[in-house]
Formats: sequence, C-alpha cells, structure tokens
Amino acid sequence: MRRLLTLLLTLLLAGPLAAQDLGTVLATHHAEITQPSRQTIGPVIEAVAKAGGAEVLAAWAERRLGVADDGRLAIVHEGGAEDALTGAPVAGKVKTLRPNSGVRSLIAAALVPAQLGDPDPATRAAALDAIARAPDAGQLAALRDAPADPDPALAARRDRLQRLLAIRFDPDPAARTAAIDSFGTDTGADFQAALNPLLATSRVAGPALPADANIARELTPGTDDLPAADAYRLLVEAGLVPARLTDAEQRAALTAHAKNGAVGGVPVAELSDPARRDAAYDALAAQGLVPAAATAAEADAALAAHRFADIYAEPDPAVTDAARGALRAMALREGAARTADMALDAISLASIYFLAAIGLAITFGVMGVINMAHGEFIMMGAYTGYVVQTLIANRTLSLIVALPAAFLVTALAGVVLYRLVIRRLARRPLETLLATFGVSIALQQIAKNIFGTQARPLTAPAWLEGSVGWGEAISISTIRVAILVLALLFLALFLVVMNRTRLGLQVRAVMQNPGMAASMGISPERIAMLTFGLGSGIAGIAGVAIGLFAKVTSELGNDYIVQSFMTVVVGGVGNIWGTLAGAALIGGLQKGIEVLNPGNTLAAQTFMILFIIVFIQFRPRGIIPQRGRAAAA
Amino acid sequence: MLIRRHPALLTALAILALFTLTVTLMSEAYGSGALATSTVKLLGKTLCLALAALAMDLVWGYAGILSLGHMAFFALGGYMIGQWLMYARTAEIVGRTLAAAPIPPTPAELRDGIAGQIFGVVGSADLPWSWSLAGSLPAQLVLVLAVPGLLALGFGWLAFRSRVNGVYLSILTQAMTLALALWLFQNDAGFRGNNGLSGLQNIPGQAHVPQSVIAVRFLWGSAFALACGFLLATWITGGKFGSVIRAIRDDETRVRFLGYPVETFKLAVFTLSAMICAVAGALYYPQAGIINPAEMMPIASIYLAVWVAIGGRGRIYGAVIGAIAVSLLSSWFTGGRAPDLRLGGYTVHWVDWWQVLLGLGFVAVTLFVPRGLSSIWDATAGLRHPARRGADLGPDAGALQEREAEA
Repeated sequence: MRRLLTLLLTLLLAGPLAAQDLGTVLATHHAEITQPSRQTIGPVIEAVAKAGGAEVLAAWAERRLGVADDGRLAIVHEGGAEDALTGAPVAGKVKTLRPNSGVRSLIAAALVPAQLGDPDPATRAAALDAIARAPDAGQLAALRDAPADPDPALAARRDRLQRLLAIRFDPDPAARTAAIDSFGTDTGADFQAALNPLLATSRVAGPALPADANIARELTPGTDDLPAADAYRLLVEAGLVPARLTDAEQRAALTAHAKNGAVGGVPVAELSDPARRDAAYDALAAQGLVPAAATAAEADAALAAHRFADIYAEPDPAVTDAARGALRAMALREGAARTADMALDAISLASIYFLAAIGLAITFGVMGVINMAHGEFIMMGAYTGYVVQTLIANRTLSLIVALPAAFLVTALAGVVLYRLVIRRLARRPLETLLATFGVSIALQQIAKNIFGTQARPLTAPAWLEGSVGWGEAISISTIRVAILVLALLFLALFLVVMNRTRLGLQVRAVMQNPGMAASMGISPERIAMLTFGLGSGIAGIAGVAIGLFAKVTSELGNDYIVQSFMTVVVGGVGNIWGTLAGAALIGGLQKGIEVLNPGNTLAAQTFMILFIIVFIQFRPRGIIPQRGRAAAA
Repeated sequence: MLIRRHPALLTALAILALFTLTVTLMSEAYGSGALATSTVKLLGKTLCLALAALAMDLVWGYAGILSLGHMAFFALGGYMIGQWLMYARTAEIVGRTLAAAPIPPTPAELRDGIAGQIFGVVGSADLPWSWSLAGSLPAQLVLVLAVPGLLALGFGWLAFRSRVNGVYLSILTQAMTLALALWLFQNDAGFRGNNGLSGLQNIPGQAHVPQSVIAVRFLWGSAFALACGFLLATWITGGKFGSVIRAIRDDETRVRFLGYPVETFKLAVFTLSAMICAVAGALYYPQAGIINPAEMMPIASIYLAVWVAIGGRGRIYGAVIGAIAVSLLSSWFTGGRAPDLRLGGYTVHWVDWWQVLLGLGFVAVTLFVPRGLSSIWDATAGLRHPARRGADLGPDAGALQEREAEA
C-alpha cells in the first residue's frame, strides 16, 4: 500500500504522459524485472520498450539498474543513483540487478527498433552491428518497419542486412528466393554465411527415404562419397542392423576365451589363419559366450536393402536450389579471380626465371658453354646488395647503388673467369661445364666462410613493401611487380644492345660464324669476353632482385640454377625470345601444376622436370631453335 | 687371355687383393685391431664409390656421354636393397613382439604391424605397392639391377633416339636425378620421404654377428665387386665393342655413316653402367646405414664426374684411383683431423677451406692435366703423348680435339 502511495506521488510529480505509462508498466512488472527469467521476460521487455523506457532498458542491460532501499527502481551512475522515472537523486544503498546474458540479449533486441529510429547515426550504426552479430527472426520485422534512414550509407547497409535476414528468416519461400536473387554477383562473406546454413545436410539411412524430405542427393554405398564401412555404421547408428565385428574385437574376444590351449575347439596354434579364427568365433557364439556378429554377406545384403541420402534441413527445394545456384555462381567467379591471381604469380615467377636465365642464355648462345658458376654469380650479386646495404643506411639509395655495384662485381668476376678458365678450354664444352662447376663449389664455400651459414637479410625499401591488388583474391607483392619491370627493362636493353649497337652486331656475327667474323676484323675472343661479362653482370642484378624476396645464403644460386638451365634448354639458345618463351613456359607450368596439386611444390617440380624431359624429345633444340652454321655445332 | 692382353689388370687385381688382406689383418674382427670398425667401413664404402666411378668412366671416358645423374642409379640400388634390409629386420622385431601375445598373429596382422613400424614416421600405416616384394631377398636383388637398368634404358632410349647430346644431355640427366630426388622427398611416394631408409647396417638374421665382422665381410664383398667390375670393364673396352664406343666418343656422325647403330651402342653402355652403379650402391648403403633422397641430388653426380676427371678419364684405373684418392682426402679434410694451416694472421681451418681447395684443384686439373692422376702412371711407364697443341679432329667446331680423343 505504501509502495502504491509513493508511486502515485511520483506520478503526480513527474509530468509527461509517456512517463506515466512507463511508471505503470514498471510498477506492474516490478517483481519480474527484479527477478527476470529468460522464458517469461519477453512481454515485459516489450511493454517497457513500448512505454518509451529505452533508457531504463539500456541501463538494465548494462547492469546499472538497481533497486533502492524503498523499492524504487534506480539507475546507477558513477557519481550516485537517480530514480529510473523522475531522474531525482536517490539516497541510500542501491542494489543493482544482474540480468543473465539471455535476458540481456532479449533487452538488446527490444532496443533495436527504437535505436533504428534514433536521430544519432552512431546509435543507428551500432544497432545494425548488433543485428549483424546476432541475427534473429524478430529483427527482420523491426528492420522492415523502421523509418527510412536519412544517411544513404546506413540505409544501404540496413537494406543489405534486411535482405540477409530475409534469406534466413522470411516465412515466405518466394520472398527468400527473391532475396537471394537480389544479391546478384555479390561475393561477400556475409552473403555466403547466410547461404551456407540453408544447404546444411544430414545423412540418413533407412529402408525407404522420407517422402516429404528435401533430398540433396541419394548416395550409393561403396562409392567414394559413401564408403561401405561408413554406410554400415549409419545403419548401426540408426539401430537397423547389428554391429559388425572388427578384427581387433575378434582378437580380444578369442584371447578372453582361450582355455587349455584352445578356443571354441580350435587349437591356439592354428589361430594365425583368419578362417580358423572365424570358425573359433562362431563356435563361441554358438555356445552363447560372445554376441553373434554380422558376416560380410549379411552386411552386404543390409546395405543393398537400405537407401542412403543427404537431406537438407531446409524443407523448401526452391530455396535450396536458389542458394545452391548462388553459391555455385560465386564459386565460379572466385575461381576466375583465382585463375587471374595464379596467372599473375606465374608471370612473376617467369620474370624471375627470365632474369636468372638471360645471362646464361647469352653465354650459352655465343660460346656454346654452360657456366655452372652462374648460380654463384647470382649469389654474389645478392651478397653485394647486402654489403652495400650495411654501408648505406638509406634503403632506397642503397638499392640504387647496389644494382650497378652488383653488375660491376659479377661482370668483373665473369671476365676473370673467362680469362683464366673458359678461354683455355675453348671448344671443350663438357670440360668447361665441369671446370666451372669446380669454380662454383669454391665460390660457394668462400661465401660461406666470409658471410657464415645463416641467412643474411636484404631488405627492400618501404615503398616496395606491401602489395598491389584488385578485389579480394587477386594481389601481387610490389617487389614482384618491380622484378617484372626489371625483367622487361633488361629485355628492352638486350634488344637495343643486340640490334642497335656495334657490339651487338659483332656479337651476332661471332655467334653465327666465328671464323668469318674473325676474318672481318672482329676479335672473337674479345667479343666472347665482353658477352661473358655482360651475362655475368645481369646474373648479379638478378641476384639483387632475388635477394629482395628470398633469404640470401651461400646456397641461393642452387635454387635457381637448374630452373635457369631448363629455361635455356627449353627456350632454345642464342635467341632472347626463346629464353622469354622458356621462362614463360616453365613459370606457367610450375604454377599450373601447383594449382592442380595444391600444397605439394615437390610434386609440381617433379612433374615439371618430367614434362621438360618429354618436351626435349619433340623439340630437341628448344622452342626457338638456333639457325645457321652455329646450329650444327 | 684377358690378362695376357692387359698386363696392368694383374697389377690392379693384385693391389686390390693385397689391400683387402692388409685391412683384414688390421681389423678388429680378424686381426690386430689397428683399424677401427668405422675406418673399415669407410674403406669398404670407398671401394663402392670406386666401382661407381668405374661405371661413370665407362659412359663418360669411353663413350663420351657426360651423365650428371649417375648417382641416381647408385642410390636407387641402395633403396632397393634397403627395402629388404628394413622390411626383413622390422619383420623380425614385430614377429617377436606379436609372438608374445596369447594368440598367434595372422599374416595380415604381421603385415600391418611392419607397415606401422616402417611408415609411422610419415603418418601412414599402409604398405605401398612398391614394397610388395620387400620381404623377399632374391626379388629385391633382382630389382637392384632391374629398376636402375630399366630407368636407364627408358631414359637413354628417349634421349639418344632424339639425338640429344653434349651439354644438353648433361643437363637432361641432371634434371632426371633432380626429379627423382624431389619425388622421393615426398612422404606419399612410399619411400619414407626425407627420413629415407635407416638401420640398414643391421643385417636381418645376423643380429648375433658383431658390426666389426659385418664391416669386414662387406669390405670383401665390395672388393670382389670392384674386381669383377674391373674385369668386366677391361673386357668390354678391350674388344670390338670398346673400339666402337670410343669411335662414337670421337666422332659420332662418322660412326653413324659407317653403318653402326650408334644409339644402340650408347644405350647398351649407358644401361650397363647404370647397373654397375646400382650394384655399387647396393653394397654401399648397408655400410653407410642410412639412405635418403638427398643422396641423389645433382651435386652428388657431379662429384662423381669430378672424381673420374681427377683420376683420369678414359682409363679404368684412373677412375678408380680418382674416386679413392678424392673421397679419402675429402673425409680426411672434412673429418677435422687435418692439421690447421697458419698463414700469417689467418689460420686455415681445413673443414672450411677443403671445398675451396677441391674446387680450385679440380679447375687446375682440368686446365693443366687433362689426363688427371693417371698421367703420373703414364710418366712412370715412359708413355709420352705428342704435343700437337690440340688441333681439331673433325671439320666442325664441335669435334673433339686430339688431346682428348687419344686418351
């Protein structure tokens, strides 16, 4: 009675009409509010929300609503507490209410319609976030009923959310399929997340399939989709057939019943034969000592007598068809994007191989010798880049210095190698190959002695970090783009040098016919030395480029030398376009096989090498074979 | 007959027999014990490497095919014998464990137990099809010859038929061994991935025999195989077949025009040499105890070529000497037993610098002593080669030079 009086008093004091309603509601449901239960609190929250008690609900959900000593509901602040209705300060102790998470989520849901109409865009955005986080059927109506959002971005978000909820919760199948169709070519993760539950299936087995079920597909036992053992397990789980006996169980049962050197009349010594084991088990089963087990024939008969299927949880076929169609279209578009991404990767790999192989191709083309130390020249270039970087702190500047420095160092090394070794082994290609291999192991070990075995970092400048991308699936790191540009640059440089300069003319002359070139006043030896230096120098630059994304170790060259050989051999010697084609073929092939056989680069490389061995059968001189007299060598 | 035509053969065999006898008398098992068992194993392995080098010399020194993938055949031989060693040994252990159970195991249980033991490390419990013969020693011994032989036959047929030769062929053989190694590195290839096969030094059924005795027996076996290889190589290269393959090396086109089936000759010598290599590998790996795919990475085969080149290609004893000298020196230098060299302010640790020495030494041998160590023998025997400054034998730039050709 006293409580009613205070209530009346407060009602008189507090003016607004809404507050009066709220006061009544709060008073009516006082007990339920202080002791809420998830099952029964729903209508109460709805009533409070209708009466305009958004502030009270918010405080309740945040555990700031409490009961004062005199029974009034109060909202607790940092400073103190005030009356939930009037806002008057409340003295004395306030016991805060602690609604559980279930109740709080109901409160949050009830707050949504009010929040969607809130003048503050931040509140409206927060309401949308809350729905997206925990969508349920009730919010669909709220989303539809709420007044139009003035902010176009929020309006679009709300519309999208409303359609997503419609896919999942709209009672009308036509509305759901319409909502699915409305997404068109969208590949958003939230759209996928809305579609996937629709296609959830469960596997059933029975003498006949349920007539009204939305069947995804019927399964035949003994296929890859449903191995016979799994199918039989389904039947056992459904209680339709007795369990089969595993070998281990049979063994355990026989061991348990072994008596006097025999089991079920069969001597233990004979039990190494599976047929005798079955006989012994049958004997035990006949005595009732062990449960009878289904034989293989019975199991097969049971499988044949039952039908198996995946059944959608969603009963309407129109909806599942629409969802499946949308997902399939999405997978197709993603596949296309991935293919584009793979093509980018392949181009990038091809440009690396091209850069690594171009020097080799030059020396092989001009002199017909394979330089096994080529990989070590790549390594030398990478280490030059590293040394330059330790000397110059600015990374951009150090990279600009490192490229010509690497070219000079390796070109010089190439010239020295030519003068000391290769010139003396002229026209003995196999011995040149082995001698340069000797140089290669010596250089590798020297690098190991100087720089140690651990990997040295060659850090790219900040503007080369990160990646360039289009959409979600297609992206390529900036360094790789830079390498591609570098490779194109060298292709252009090579073409200009070969076709537009005097040196190029002389190189081509020596390549085609050394004897004739010599009689025209060209020194083949000098040309060979220069081209060898040029080829080695390009290897050094390739080394800097490779070092930017791979770790610089003394074995860096090993990783690229075989691929470089392949590039040259497949492409054909003495022609830059051949090298380009070879690099493109090998890079594309390697990526292509990796895609077909994901996560297994070893297999990819194996198959690539096998392909090359077969390829050489049909084009022994490469894609673009060398012509003219030199080809006969 | 053979010995009368090749008196050096008798010397070589005598030296080999003397060596084997000396090592036996100094071993722990049959003699004074001056040589540790590990040293006996090292010497036995070196004899196997010498046999592989001899096979390499047949294809490179005599037929002019620089194969940079010969260690693939060597390792394949090791894998084939390793399968039996590992399977039979595991079968013994698993059989003993299962025999302790109250009920004797079925053959299927025994198989599953063995498969689980062998393939547990690669997360599999099934025996791959490639192991279906692993339980039988005769079958695996046949495979030691058959698998590398068929591989060489198939590869050689493809390569020689399309006239791939010279540097191209070398690169292609290198690609072959790399592809094989990469394939074996996969766990699901059925050969335990990069774990390889291990415990090969334990001979099934010989658990009671100490390792020192096994080491000496393998040394005898290796020496016998090397002697057989020596005889076979001498017989082949000394006859008409040898003349033809040397002619192919010096001018392939001319031999073809004379009507010889060049491809068949090349294929025969390539396959034979692969099989000799496989035998060497099958004797090598039980002494090494472990084999993994890293053994057939291209670098190993290039080293084989280096040994032959240093020893002196084109002569059988050259290859053998080269392999023995370089591999023993290698293990001496890298074993840390070589004394450090003080050069002013810098101390040369041979562990770090041996590779440099080997590489540069090899370049020097190629440049200045193309006949390798065997030129020492030539000098002692008073053999002098006319210095013709290496004029071309044939009309075109690809023809070999006299200096190489007469070797």
